[in-house]
Amino acid sequence: MLPVSNFPNDVGSIRPNLRRSEDLDGVISTRLDSAVGWARKYSIFQYPFVTACCGMEYMSTACAHYDMDRFGAGFPRFSPRQADVLMVVGTISHKIAPVLRRIYDQMASPKWVVAFGACASTGGFYDNYATVQGIDTILPVDLYIPGCPPRPEAVLQGLMMLQKKIQEQGR
Amino acid sequence: MDTKALLAELYDVVGLGVSALSGSGFDAFITVEQNSARKALEFLHRKGFNVLADLTCVDYLRYGFDERPLPPSHPHRLRRWPSPPKPPRRFKLVYRLLELDPAEGLARGRLAVHVWATGKEAGPPSVMDLWPNADWLEREVWDMFGIRFSGRPDIKRILLYEEFVGHPLRKDYPIDKRQPLIGPKEGAARTVVSDEPLRPDPS
Repeated sequence: MLPVSNFPNDVGSIRPNLRRSEDLDGVISTRLDSAVGWARKYSIFQYPFVTACCGMEYMSTACAHYDMDRFGAGFPRFSPRQADVLMVVGTISHKIAPVLRRIYDQMASPKWVVAFGACASTGGFYDNYATVQGIDTILPVDLYIPGCPPRPEAVLQGLMMLQKKIQEQGR
Repeated sequence: MDTKALLAELYDVVGLGVSALSGSGFDAFITVEQNSARKALEFLHRKGFNVLADLTCVDYLRYGFDERPLPPSHPHRLRRWPSPPKPPRRFKLVYRLLELDPAEGLARGRLAVHVWATGKEAGPPSVMDLWPNADWLEREVWDMFGIRFSGRPDIKRILLYEEFVGHPLRKDYPIDKRQPLIGPKEGAARTVVSDEPLRPDPS
């Protein structure tokens, strides 16, 4: 095995849990939940539930210029069975709400939900007969990304916060 | 497009059902009684208006009433505003027709037809057979305004769900009425945002 100092920077975030044994050079010990969290947070398979204009910013974040793949979240899956993070991108109407709930129920645990943009978080400025006033009325939400629409930088900041939560959650 | 000549020709076909022509050129619109609407639209279809660009509706229930009166100190309170003409009926249908040259792709003429819906008879006539896209537009007018067109099959909602009661773009639909399928009653927003909110790290 490689010595600790030769590992890429990613390991740095779980370094407090790493102990290097001077006697047994090249052996790493860590807690299992920490290692599982580390593996999960850098292999996020997302389900993009895109319904509105926030999708443009989502695409911008996902594509080469901002490159969400740098954070290990570059692989959208269009089957909820294979997804870890449900990204709700855009306005959710009362008509589509049961569909969204069903997709959430179909995802396998562990799973996380991101409310992307003002409409998914609170309904935005659509306070009318058609719009759900925030997806947290129908789903548990882990992360709210504000903005109308949010900048890609805000999305990446939110993604890193979500990764921190996944890491700390462990098993 | 000579709208005056067109209107004269329309008078010959429809008779007194045509009540007015306003505007000119591409902004022209004619007002037609409901029982003459079918005949007038058939005539215009024959005259080359081959595209139904839009079909929508206007609810005049509170037309002319100020819903949010100005405070007494407001300077505009002193001005006298001309009161708008009283609409003859509550609902007005607006057909927007286009005369499109398929060879060149240019619009040769454009005309709006206004029809006041009476509500007493079977309902305004369907024009599905003249312009097939009227199918979805008529379903939308039914969905949003509750105006049922006559002489067409299968009128059902197109935008809203079947469980929805009422027609939301009517002026007497309560502005804060919600009919959610799942989630809290009345579709209210959550007051407690999250049990464990994530916050940005200031560093």
